Amino acid sequence: MISQIFILSSKGDHLIYKDFRGEAGSDVVSIFYEKVMTLTGDQPPVVMSHKDLQFIHVRQGGLYWVATTTADSSPFTIIEFLNRLAALVKDYCGSLSEKMVQMNFALIYELLDEVVDYGYIQTTSSDVLKNFIQTEAVSSRPFSLFDISNVGLFGAETQQSIVAPSSAATRPIQSSREQGGKSEIFVDVIERMTIVIGSNGMLMKADVEGEITVKCYMPNCTEMRIGLNEEFSIGKSQLRGYGAAVRVDECSFHQAVRLDEFDSHRILRLCPSQGEQTVMQYQLSDDLPSAPPFRLFPTIERDSGGRLLMYLKLRCDLPPKSCLLLKCVMYVTPVASVFSLSQELSSPDQSAELKPQSRAVVWKVPRFTGGTQLSALFKLDVPGLSSASMQEVGPVGLSFELPKYTATGLQIRFLRLSPVQPGPSQRWVRYVTHSDSYTIRI
Amino acid sequence: MPYLGSEDMVKELRRALSNPNVQSDQLRYRNTILKVIRAMSQGVDVSGLFSEIVKACATVDIVQKKLVYVFLCSYAALNPELSLLVINTLRKDCQDPNPMVRSLALRNMTNLRLSSLVEYVEQPLTAGLRDRAACVRRVAVLGWAKLHNLQPNSEIDATVVNELYSLLRDPDPVVMVNCLRALEEILKEEGGVAINKPIAHHLLNRLKECDVWGQCEVLRILERYRPQSDDELFDILSLLDTSLVSQHPPVMAATLSLFLSLCSALPAVSLSALERVRAPLLAACGSTSRELRFTALCHIQLLLRSVPGLMGAHYKRFFCGYAEPAYIKQRKMQVLVELVNDENVAMLLDELKGYCTDVNTDTAQAAISAIGRIGRSYSDQCLQILTGLLGLKQEHITSAVVQTMRDLVWVCPQCSDTVCLALEGCEENLQDTQGRQALLWLLGVYGERISSAPYVLEVFIDGVRSETSLEVKMELLTATLRLFLCRPAETQDMLGRLLHYCIEEETDMCVRDQALLYYHLLHCGIEETRKVLQGRRSDPSLGVLIGRPVEPISQWAHSFNTLEPLRQGTVTTDSSNKGSPEHVTSDPKPNSDLSDDLKPCQIETVQTASDSASLCTEYSTDALSSSAVAPLSLSLSPALSPEEFERLWLQRQSLHAEQGGEEKEDGDYLCTEECVQCPTIPHCSPQNLQAALQLVNIQTLAFTPPHTLPWRVYLYTHTHSSCSASKPPSTLILGELLYTGEPKEDCSKMVMEGSHEQLTTEGEEAAVDRLRGRESARQQSQTEDVKVTLKQQPRDDKALKGFLSVLTTVLHTLSTETT
Repeated sequence: MISQIFILSSKGDHLIYKDFRGEAGSDVVSIFYEKVMTLTGDQPPVVMSHKDLQFIHVRQGGLYWVATTTADSSPFTIIEFLNRLAALVKDYCGSLSEKMVQMNFALIYELLDEVVDYGYIQTTSSDVLKNFIQTEAVSSRPFSLFDISNVGLFGAETQQSIVAPSSAATRPIQSSREQGGKSEIFVDVIERMTIVIGSNGMLMKADVEGEITVKCYMPNCTEMRIGLNEEFSIGKSQLRGYGAAVRVDECSFHQAVRLDEFDSHRILRLCPSQGEQTVMQYQLSDDLPSAPPFRLFPTIERDSGGRLLMYLKLRCDLPPKSCLLLKCVMYVTPVASVFSLSQELSSPDQSAELKPQSRAVVWKVPRFTGGTQLSALFKLDVPGLSSASMQEVGPVGLSFELPKYTATGLQIRFLRLSPVQPGPSQRWVRYVTHSDSYTIRI
Repeated sequence: MPYLGSEDMVKELRRALSNPNVQSDQLRYRNTILKVIRAMSQGVDVSGLFSEIVKACATVDIVQKKLVYVFLCSYAALNPELSLLVINTLRKDCQDPNPMVRSLALRNMTNLRLSSLVEYVEQPLTAGLRDRAACVRRVAVLGWAKLHNLQPNSEIDATVVNELYSLLRDPDPVVMVNCLRALEEILKEEGGVAINKPIAHHLLNRLKECDVWGQCEVLRILERYRPQSDDELFDILSLLDTSLVSQHPPVMAATLSLFLSLCSALPAVSLSALERVRAPLLAACGSTSRELRFTALCHIQLLLRSVPGLMGAHYKRFFCGYAEPAYIKQRKMQVLVELVNDENVAMLLDELKGYCTDVNTDTAQAAISAIGRIGRSYSDQCLQILTGLLGLKQEHITSAVVQTMRDLVWVCPQCSDTVCLALEGCEENLQDTQGRQALLWLLGVYGERISSAPYVLEVFIDGVRSETSLEVKMELLTATLRLFLCRPAETQDMLGRLLHYCIEEETDMCVRDQALLYYHLLHCGIEETRKVLQGRRSDPSLGVLIGRPVEPISQWAHSFNTLEPLRQGTVTTDSSNKGSPEHVTSDPKPNSDLSDDLKPCQIETVQTASDSASLCTEYSTDALSSSAVAPLSLSLSPALSPEEFERLWLQRQSLHAEQGGEEKEDGDYLCTEECVQCPTIPHCSPQNLQAALQLVNIQTLAFTPPHTLPWRVYLYTHTHSSCSASKPPSTLILGELLYTGEPKEDCSKMVMEGSHEQLTTEGEEAAVDRLRGRESARQQSQTEDVKVTLKQQPRDDKALKGFLSVLTTVLHTLSTETT
C-alpha cells in the first residue's frame, strides 16, 4: 500500500507530488529531502523512516522517485513498482530527465492516476494503459538535422543508465499513433559485464548479465518471432550444434513469451505491446567463451624526485576494426594525498584529471579500436611517499560500452513480424556490452 | 511568461480563466488550466482559483477533465461548500456512455475525501459495482473502501460487504484483487477479509490470471488461511511452486513468505523452499536496479541466519563492484563474512583486502572489521593482512585495524603475540577516540610484551591536559596502572604524574573518581591492586558463542518481505564504537544498569563508566557470597574448554543414569537438581545473561537462543573456600539451566523436597526458609520454573550452596529486570 508518491529533482525541486490516501501531509516531501541532505555522501539508504512513515526511494535518470508507505509493506514490490513507474514515464515521455518530467507533468499525473488507486497498484501494463492515457507527450526539442549524427550510435549518459538508446528510440510511444510516426521496432541485446582480474592477471570473477529488450512503436503488430543462435544452450549439461556453443547458466523469459519453438529451433514468439519490455534475461558466470576484452599492464615505481610514476598500458583484445569503443573511463585509485598530477597520454583526444575527493585519476578515452593499445604515464606528487603507500595504488576500474558485441556470443538470427506490416516499417537489432565494474587489481 | 510572485501568478491565472475568449477556445482553456496545475505541483498555493476551476469542470474534453480533477482532489478539503457544485457534474458523468468517463468520475468523486458528500456518492458507487465495464467496477470496489475510511464509525452495510464478496468471482482479475483490498479495509476491525476454503482455492486457481501486483496481494492475504489437512497443504504448495521461482522478485518474495507461514510446523519443507528461492534471489542480487539489489541482499542475510551454507558456492556473486554505492558494498561484506569456509577463505580475504583502501572510509572500516571477524576462525591469514594495513599509515585505516585487533585478541588470545609486535609505532597514526582507546587497552593488558609501551603511554600522559575525550582519559588511567603492575620501574613516575593531574586538576567527576579509587587501591598494597585490576584478558568462550547458532526460521519469518531487514543496523556484524572488550560481551544496554539491578542484594557498586568490570566482579562476588554463606569466592581460572566441559558433563551423566536417583553422592562428587522460579529468564538476551553471570565469575559456555524450547544454558565455575580446613580448597561446578516450558508440578516438588533435606542436614535454616517461601510463592502463581542441574567435583556442600544462592540471586535480578 502506497500512501504518497513524489518525484524530486536531485536539487530537491518538487516535480510531481500525489497523495493517494490523505494520511500524511505534503510536508513529507521536504522532510525526505532534509533527510537526504543531512546524510554524508550521495548515497542515502533505500529505506528511511520518519515517525511511522517510511520512505522508499529509487534513483533513476538523476531523479528521486519516492513512495511513502507503512512498515509492513513489501520492499520488493514497492521498489519494483517505482522502477516500473520510471520505465513507464520513460516510455511515454521518450526519455527520463528533470526537464522531461517538468514538461510532461500533466501526462505523469494522468499515468499515476491510472496506475495507482487509493494506494493500490492497479496495472502497469502499457497495453492496458494506452486506452486510458489521453495527454500527448511534449518532446524536448523538435526534430533537427543534428539528431541524425547520433542515429544508430550509442552514447552513454550516466553510469546508472544501462545504455542511452540512440535518439531514434528516445521518443514517446504515443506519437507513433497520434502523429503517424514511423512504425519501428528495436530489439536490443544488452549485456552487463562484471569482471575482476587479479594482480597476477588471473581472471578472478566474471559475470555477465544479459537481457533482450524489445521496444515497439508498432501500432498493430500481432506476433513477432525472434530467432536466436541455433547453438544457444542453457546450463552446463546440454550443448548444441557443432560450432562454438553459446552458453548461459540461467535464463528466464517474460510471461508473454511463447516457447513452443524454443527447444527445437531457438525461436521466441511473442506479441509485443507498445513500449519497452524485457523479453528474456540470462546470466553466465565464470565461464566466458572468450578472454576478457581488456588487459592492463601496469608499472608503478618511484622516481628519483620522490614522485609516483604510474605507467599504464591498456590493450583491447577484440578483433580489429570490428569494435569501436565509445567511451572508457578508468579510475585509478592512488594514495591518500596527491598534490599534483602530470600526464603523458598516447593521443590528444584522451584526457585525464585528478579527482581529489574520490582519490582517483580519471582517464577518459573517447574511442578505442579493437586490437590496439593505449598507454599513459601519470606522475603524481605524493608527499611522504613510502614503499608501503605504493601498495595502496589501485585497483583500476573501467567502465565502457562496446557496441555490436556480446560477451556470450548471443546473436539474433532473424526477426519476423506477422502480419507483414503495411507501409514502411523498420526493424533494428542492436547489440551492446557495457560494464561499470571491470576491475583490475594492481 | 515573466517571473511573477505567487500572488501575481494567481491573479494572472484567474484573469485568464474568467476570460470568455479563453473559455470559448478549448485549447487555450486547457493550457491555462495546465498552467494552474504546474504552479500547484511547484508548490504555489493556487487554492484561490477553486471557483474558477469548478466552472471548467463541465467540459467534453477528457484531458481537461482530468486536469481539473487533479486540482479538485488537492483542494476539495479546503472548500467543502464549493465542492458540492462539482458533484452534479460528476454524477452526470457517471451516466456517460463512455466507460472511461464513468470510471474517471467515480474515482474522483471518492477521491474528494469530503464526508459531506457521502450521501451523493453512495448511489453511483452501488451502480458502479454492477457496471458492464471492468474499469468502472475496479474503481467502484475501491470506492467503497475510501467511503468507509471517510466515516470510520459508521455501520458497515452488510449488503455492500456481501456484494463485494460475490465480486470475488468477477471475471476481471483486478476487480477480484480490489475486492480483497476493499474488504480488508472495511472489515479491519473484524480482522480483515475472511478466507475460507472455497475462497482460498478460488484465489489460488485464479492466481495465474493476475499481474505481478495482483499476485503479491493475493499471496499476502492467503497467509491468513490455514489448510485443514496435510493433503490440502501439499496441494497448495505444489500449486505455488512455480511462483516460488518466478522471475519477478516481488512474486518470489511474497510466495516464500506464504510458504514459510504455511509450513511453520514443517521445517524440512521450509528449508527446501529456501533452497528453491536461491536462484531467483541471486538473480535479484544481480539486478540492474541497485535498490532491488540491496533489498535482495538484505533478505539473503535473513536466510543465512537459518541456512548458513545456502550461498556458500556462490560467494563470488557478493564481490563488490567498483562503482557500487557504499550501502551495497557494506551489506555484501556482511554476507561474505558469513560465507567463509576452508576453500574460499584465501580468495575472500584477498577480495576484502582490496576493499580496505576504499575511498569511502566507512566502507574501508567495514572491510577491516570484516577481516577481523573472519580472523576468529582464520587468525593467521587475517593478522597478516591487518599488519600489512598498518604499514599504510593512514589514520582511519590504522584506527579500524587497532580496534579490530583488540576485538580479535579478546576472542582469540593466541593472536596476542602477533598483535603485540604489530602495535609498535602505530600510535603516530591514531587520532580518533575509539582508535586510541583500543590502543590504550591493548597497551595496558599486554604491556609486558610490548617493549615501547611505557614510552607510548608517556606521550599520552604528557598530552593529557589537552585531551578532550573522557573515555580516553579513563582508559589511560587503567592502562597506566596495569602497566605499572608489570613494569613498575619504568612506569612509576608517570603514573604518579597522571594520578596527580587527575586528582588535583581534572574537572570531570568520572575521571577524578576513578583516579581516587586507584590511588586508594595502591594504598591498600600492590597485591590488592593486582587482584582488582588484572581481570581477564580474553574470553575464549565468546569464540564458541560467536559461531552464530543456526536460528529456526520462525525467528525471522515474520519480518521477511517487510522493510525491517532493510533498515540500517538490524544486522550488526561487528561491535564497533565501544570502549574495552569487557563491554563487548554485554548487551548495548550499559553495564551500570545491571549493577543497579543487583543493588537490592547489597552489592557495593563501584561501577564507573569505563573499564571497571573486573572491579565490579570482585566486589559483587564478595558481597553476594557474604550475604548467603561463609566466605566463598568463585573464579574462572583455570578455564575449561567446551570439549572438556562436555566430557566431564557426560561422564557425570552416565554415572547419574546408572544409579538412578535425584541426588548422587559418591565420595568426591555430587549431583543435585534445583528449581529456581524465574519464568522470564529464558526470554532475556544471552548477552545480558552472560554479562550478569560474568559479573559474579560464572562462565557460560553455550546457549540456546532466547524464546526457544527447551531453553538451555551450560555454565561452570570454580569455587575457592577460604575458611573450612576440612573441605577441599577448591571445587569445580558444572551447571545446566533447563526450561522446558511445561509446568511439572509433582516432579519439581519432589526435587525441591530432596534439596530441602540436603540443605537442612547442613543446618542452614535461613536458606531453607527462603526456599520454602519461594516454593509456596511458586505454588500460588503456578508459574514454570527453571531447572538447575549442578554437578560438583570434589564434593563440597557448603560451596555448592553458596554457589547456588549466588546463581539464584543473579537469575532473580535478571528476571525482574526482564519483566
